[in-house]
Amino acid sequence: MEILETAFMQRALIAALLVGITAPAIGIYLVQRRQALLGDGIGHVAMTGVGLGFLLSTNPIWMATLVSIIGAIAMELIRTYGKTRGDIALAMLFYGGMAGGVLLINLSDTGSTANLSSFLFGSLSTVSDADLTAIAALAALVMLVSVGLRRQLFAVSQDEDFARVTGLPVRALNLLIAVTAAVTVSVAMRVVGLLLVSALMVVPVAAAQQITRSFKATFALAVGIGVTVAVAGTSTSYYQDVPPGATIVLLAIAVFIALTALATPLARRRARAAEADMDRPECGSELPGMRQPGGDVRV
Amino acid sequence: MNRLRAMTQPREATVPSGSEPVISLCGARASLGSRPVLRGVDLTVTRGEVVALLGANGSGKSTAVRAVIGQVPLTDGEIALFGTELRRFRQWSRIGYVPQRTTAASGVPATIREVVSSGRLSRARLGRLSRVDRAAVDHAIELVGLGDRAKDSVSALSGGQHQRVLIARALASEPELLIMDEPMAGVDLASQGILADTLREQVAAGTTVLLVLHELGAIEPLIDRAVVLRDGCVVHDGPPPKAMGQHALPGHDHVHPHAADESLRTGLLT
Repeated sequence: MEILETAFMQRALIAALLVGITAPAIGIYLVQRRQALLGDGIGHVAMTGVGLGFLLSTNPIWMATLVSIIGAIAMELIRTYGKTRGDIALAMLFYGGMAGGVLLINLSDTGSTANLSSFLFGSLSTVSDADLTAIAALAALVMLVSVGLRRQLFAVSQDEDFARVTGLPVRALNLLIAVTAAVTVSVAMRVVGLLLVSALMVVPVAAAQQITRSFKATFALAVGIGVTVAVAGTSTSYYQDVPPGATIVLLAIAVFIALTALATPLARRRARAAEADMDRPECGSELPGMRQPGGDVRV
Repeated sequence: MNRLRAMTQPREATVPSGSEPVISLCGARASLGSRPVLRGVDLTVTRGEVVALLGANGSGKSTAVRAVIGQVPLTDGEIALFGTELRRFRQWSRIGYVPQRTTAASGVPATIREVVSSGRLSRARLGRLSRVDRAAVDHAIELVGLGDRAKDSVSALSGGQHQRVLIARALASEPELLIMDEPMAGVDLASQGILADTLREQVAAGTTVLLVLHELGAIEPLIDRAVVLRDGCVVHDGPPPKAMGQHALPGHDHVHPHAADESLRTGLLT
């Protein structure tokens, strides 16, 4: 295939593949704990890191990783210890991060707003070998955490109070989720851009759960959707003059809509079956004490 | 399961001296914000006992339970679990906790087995779930009568079934002590019966139970001792109050305001 022959396109596709895998893999825990927009917040904070990278003439990916990790830890601490106005504190962090990025990049000699825009919306054609190495290393880290500790992360994201009583290091695991999300933002920044990073963490998961019933299946399908749209969007941008990040996100949303349309009659049928099921104990004249365990609802 | 339990242990209102305290709360004080919620609570639960913590909304019963498991810090007083000071307590697999919830679902679909499996992590910790662990999870799901639905999504369940999943999750670690916060809230009569049966089996096997209840309901016959809280103080510690029992009979419509209910109850008890 012609698309695979050019070196920059090879790098772009590998980067897209890695982002397609990692973003939903950590995003699923954010969706599970109803913090779907955390990735968006980290994306804003990471802009300061990009600006700092330009100012200090270092690789912006590593600087963005560092700053977004600090930002993510700050957000997690605010969530845990924050009093009533946690949302205000978070807003400060979001907008402070964005403003800091714009300011720093304008102060630097090499950076310009045009450079910043490639980080905001992604710019696959400028992915260098050094970038790819960084992306691959960070992606490996994200997968190690999100797959290796899936049971623990699931428990903590499902019910924090309960997880604490099982003796799991809840605070450490929460921080780990936040840090891993921050790392993922840095991984995905070159491909989809900081402003659209969160979409790739959330939309494939939202799409997958339209038709799944288990966490495991949701995880697998979300990663599958993530990879498909990331690679498809990147390829499209090669043949047509469209920005890859935006194409990837719109494709993901299209998958979400398609699966939702597919799932609606399915869900309706399931609901009808469940309703028919629940009629039985209500209409029965048995008293609670007479019931046998397992004797009530059956599919 | 080789649980030690003196079957001859007298089920009395007063704590039999010499029996091992599983939970001991001594002079516990705690505040939520600036409001004192516990104002010197003493509570001892000994091995094999089933103790109900009763009281009106805001009486501090939930806070007391949350203090026992270390989720609400005490401003004064002491807590010990299985004879170990709470701060040093690490054997969490001995405890099964059912938090106050109306749902077992979260932002992503999960099957009953997946949710219940997380209860086994107190034994597996950061390791994998072994064959024994998985068998224990399946057994816990069987115990609450959801064996044939283990692969179903929890979001497809009724309110009572959600509670049964939460209880199965607590039972997955095969605990010696069950701590339940309002397990009967929003549970239909059929599920209440199943929950009571499950609890009865656990108690018969020697499990110690501390549960927060709004009214006694279907589990009344299982309860050895009731501790009634009012305004963060223990106002009754003894046999389950009769008034509560009748008033909570199935069919009794709970429509009267709590203030009136409360004054009637304390009139009988104090």
